[in-house]
Amino acid sequence: MSDRPALSPTPRQVMVAAAAREIRDGEIVFVGMRLPLIAFAIAKALHAPTAIGLFENGVIRDTAPLAPLVTMGDPPNIAGAVACTGLLDVMGLLQQGRVDLGLLGAAEVDRFGNLNTTRVGDVRLPGSGGSCDIAALSRRFIVLLAHERRRFRERVAFLTSPGHGPGGDWRRRTGLRGGGPAKVISHLGVFATDPDSGELVLVTVHPGVGVDDVRRETDWDVRVSPSLEETPLPGREELAVIARFDREGRGTGS
Amino acid sequence: MGKVCSMAEAIARWVPDGAAAAMGCALEAAIPFAAGHEIIRQGRRDLTVIGPISDMLFDLLVGAGCVRHVTAAWVGNVGDGLGHNFRRAVEQGIPRAIEVEDHTNLTLALGLQAAAWGVSYLPTLTALGSDLLAANPNLKPATCPFTGEAMVAVRAIRPDVTIVHVQRADPDGNAHLWGNLGVVVEAARAARHVIVSCEEIVDPEIIRSDPNRTLIPGFLVSAVVCEPWGSHPSPLPGYARRDDASYIDYHEHSRSRERFETWLRRWVLEVADRQQYLTRLGESRLAALVADRPQPAAPVSYAW
Repeated sequence: MSDRPALSPTPRQVMVAAAAREIRDGEIVFVGMRLPLIAFAIAKALHAPTAIGLFENGVIRDTAPLAPLVTMGDPPNIAGAVACTGLLDVMGLLQQGRVDLGLLGAAEVDRFGNLNTTRVGDVRLPGSGGSCDIAALSRRFIVLLAHERRRFRERVAFLTSPGHGPGGDWRRRTGLRGGGPAKVISHLGVFATDPDSGELVLVTVHPGVGVDDVRRETDWDVRVSPSLEETPLPGREELAVIARFDREGRGTGS
Repeated sequence: MGKVCSMAEAIARWVPDGAAAAMGCALEAAIPFAAGHEIIRQGRRDLTVIGPISDMLFDLLVGAGCVRHVTAAWVGNVGDGLGHNFRRAVEQGIPRAIEVEDHTNLTLALGLQAAAWGVSYLPTLTALGSDLLAANPNLKPATCPFTGEAMVAVRAIRPDVTIVHVQRADPDGNAHLWGNLGVVVEAARAARHVIVSCEEIVDPEIIRSDPNRTLIPGFLVSAVVCEPWGSHPSPLPGYARRDDASYIDYHEHSRSRERFETWLRRWVLEVADRQQYLTRLGESRLAALVADRPQPAAPVSYAW
């Protein structure tokens, strides 16, 4: 809550604040389920007041929601929206290439930023939802997920949502219009995509996390940026917004 | 013949065993849970359920043994994660094995739109490079006949019946709905029959006072059911908040088959109809879910 010390944020608060900082002012953002909902609210309240959010249920919103959300279809995300349209309206804009940034979660990510939300072995996961569409069609996208070895795989067990496939210029050869993954944000650090190979490169680690910790929880031989830095902690203002939009800590509690 | 009837009559007549039924088309809001519960009570079997993100409705129908085939982009519990019944059915065939046709939200919407437009498929740029192309026989690689670009063809999806829950409709089924629309408009036009479940049945003059808000014309509608709180626990703009506690309770109970069956008896099988369900929820719980923060729309004029 508001009395939470600014210097001891939870790992998920660090993640969601890092995701919010990827949203630039004025951008058109496609906002996915759960943590992305909070990231959009932070950006709107602080550094990206003119960003516009598109939600796959058809909502177009240029202000933070009126109250904390569990889903994008909750009434506080509808009341005061700019427009309530349909899925094809907002996904049509996405397919045209008008969306600057997509925000996604995933069950698995691999070395080239491909995502799996369909199945792992015998375990059935919920499925794509809008994930494949956002990954295929947004100008760039970022992914938020917990950093565990079973989630950070050399290759995803099922390629639901395209990153850079096996690497290189695969997206172009496949006919994918969107730019692909820009960042993968976990509770240990942040990866950026190497523009030539499409491989994920570790660019920051969260305070208190070492590269070895990242390697231990990653199934491939992690490339580390020569200019590796520490992820900036969320400031008091960011934490205050997180507390406002995630009152029960369901999204960002430890 | 009048279209206004009870939910039991609407389901008995328009959702036979083996039907393909689209539901949950607005995504997380306005999910026709009352209709879903009645389908379970009537012991319907071998359904194909169609919808982008059904929240827990499809998981519930699968757990109740009503479903043979799921055509969807996502099946689970939006606030809480995996769908336990969906997993048990796919992974262990409990209570029965099901087929899953995996879509993305956009391909599912385009499949419905193709049927709504009377064409056999529509092209898209999504799903290129995805394993969904190999997994779903109704998504096929295609080439644009004009530009030669790589595309994906999405086969038309035609429901036998689309079930929607809306704010208000007149006795002929002309329906006003507002808030996020998802694929409601496309699904209603794609289907052979539409069941409109609504909070209020209103005079036709109210509908005609704002024809832009009539997103489903009555001539497409086969049945009109007045079912207040028919979308509980999902929200409905202007009427109901989301009952998060219900989703959490369902999620916890559905972790095991035994506890799910307890939940199913308590909330579906042991109640005769929606009225008894609401009584079981209790007045104080419902009172807290009333959308009571005013947000009126300015009236519009169709002066001529």
